[in-house]
Amino acid sequence: MSLDLHHRRPAVGVGVSKGHLGGAIHGERNAAAARASALVQAMIEVRIHGRGGQGNVVAAYLLATAAINHGDHALAFPAFGAERRGAPVAAFVRMAKQPFRRRDQVAHPDFLIVQDEALLHVPGILDGLKPGGGVLVNSRRAASDLGVEGNVQTVPASELAIEHLGRPLPNAPLLAAFLLLSGALPIDALKQAYSERFKGATLAANLKLIDTAAAQVEAGAWQESADAASA
Amino acid sequence: MRQALEGSQAIARAVALCRPNVVSAYPITPQTHIVENIAKLVADGELKCEYVSVESEHSAASVALGAAAAGARAYTASASQGILLMCEVLYDIAGLRIPMVLTCANRAVSAPLSIWNDHQDSMAVRDAGWIQLFCADNQEAVDTTIQAFRIAQDTDLPVMVCVDGFTLTHTLEPIDLPTQQQVDGFLPPFVFARALDPRKPLSVGTLATPEWFTEARHSHHGAVLAATDAIVAADRDWQQVSGRGCGGLLQVDGPADARIGILCMGSVVGTLQDARDAMPELPSARIIRLRSFRPFPAQALREACAGLDQVVVLERALSPGAMGIVGAEVRAALYGVAGAPRVQSVAAGLGGRDMPLTLYAQLIALAQAPATTDFAILDVELDKLPAADRYPEAAVAVSSGDRS
Repeated sequence: MSLDLHHRRPAVGVGVSKGHLGGAIHGERNAAAARASALVQAMIEVRIHGRGGQGNVVAAYLLATAAINHGDHALAFPAFGAERRGAPVAAFVRMAKQPFRRRDQVAHPDFLIVQDEALLHVPGILDGLKPGGGVLVNSRRAASDLGVEGNVQTVPASELAIEHLGRPLPNAPLLAAFLLLSGALPIDALKQAYSERFKGATLAANLKLIDTAAAQVEAGAWQESADAASA
Repeated sequence: MRQALEGSQAIARAVALCRPNVVSAYPITPQTHIVENIAKLVADGELKCEYVSVESEHSAASVALGAAAAGARAYTASASQGILLMCEVLYDIAGLRIPMVLTCANRAVSAPLSIWNDHQDSMAVRDAGWIQLFCADNQEAVDTTIQAFRIAQDTDLPVMVCVDGFTLTHTLEPIDLPTQQQVDGFLPPFVFARALDPRKPLSVGTLATPEWFTEARHSHHGAVLAATDAIVAADRDWQQVSGRGCGGLLQVDGPADARIGILCMGSVVGTLQDARDAMPELPSARIIRLRSFRPFPAQALREACAGLDQVVVLERALSPGAMGIVGAEVRAALYGVAGAPRVQSVAAGLGGRDMPLTLYAQLIALAQAPATTDFAILDVELDKLPAADRYPEAAVAVSSGDRS
């Protein structure tokens, strides 16, 4: 996907909390950034982990819808396992500027979005993540406190959602944060995807939530070093 | 207009664009979202149609049969065990030459229980006398659904539109949904010449004595074979309306001088095509995708195989104790043809097993192997099985040995 920097820089006045990354994993972070940069030429593959009832598939659909509305090609599909509330579930998104035809599962995602931080301790959750790949976790804690190696970022998605929606539905904050961090798509594309799926007060609350969450992460954190590296 | 839609939602919208009079269905994974979306369109007043919720798939098919026999444009959808429960009605529908459309959200058949995708369900009713069309992607699922209603009324035959469960039904992707005007221009109102009419009573489906049964079979078989023309015509006409064709009976893609062919059905074709592009170091295969499985396009297949030394058939079902079903039919179609390629067949992607890009390399390796494998199941992990259930390769690979 081509870089379109003005889309992903924070608006003036938006507070940016610098990442919680320790020095030891800055190399990882640079690698993730390089990956994001390389991906803009090719394909972005995302795996979203959540629990049944959290809107796991909806998150994948919203992300792919944003990409499609933006004029890109994208597929979103679930990895169906046990279909019951609370069970660990996963969904995939594959997106690219150019059309693609493959429909195999995403075995080596560039990015993981984890809707529930407790899932980080489920065996296999990080499986296949490309070296230096980014991990975005719904958590109030600092990324360095999660005990997960790699290029981890956190956003307190459930808390933000409870505040704005009255329910702990983490999708809007997570997807907003993901787009800001990766620069994969302009945030407006996500807002448009939401406006196709929701109406009225629910939509308004979600749009506000997207802005709030976007202000809580470092825009381009998974990507700005890549710009420097490729300069 | 290009929009992001889940496959099931797109199929439901396509069905609605065809203005069905009666939809009758019983939900089953992975078909549920299709009929759920149709029910919602009816409930919201966007589709004027009799939606009949029934207590089983047997009833779903029976209601559709009766409705179509009475002159209604009828639709149902199912999968897996639902298709099997419908089985005797499916034979009735076809034998009575009832035009209607069914979406099969392809899924494995129990036991062991699997909700995931393969083609065993539609293969189980392959001989029911329905037209069976397999879709490569969700755009084609939309376009084929619309074409199916036209083919059904042009042939007085039922059409089963086969879409891969989950891989298509639950995948969101860009879809160009046609306008009502486009569909209305392509699909004339449903008129069934033999529609039941109380003013002109007649009996249908009555006892056929040995004096008549053979003739009924003859005319049914002939009608399904002759349906190739209607399938090709519908695809051609739809292309004029929408700008999109689905390949007619089969789709051929790849270099003209390819020596290796890979034949498949359904949505795996895209993965194979992208794999071919991603692995330029491997021979570039001609990829043949059967869109029409019934009628079996033997003549088009012979033409598609011209110039090939090797064909590897990749299938998503098997006939245990015999071999791959599609492979056997391809072999039969090419039997005795001068210069016909060697045909091997493998089953993969069973019960939802992922088919990664590397599958392409496996199929190429098989094509290049000196020994002929008439049939094998790929990627069996023997160490998962108790010793008594492990069969050595030689015991399960149906091989013709030296045929020279």
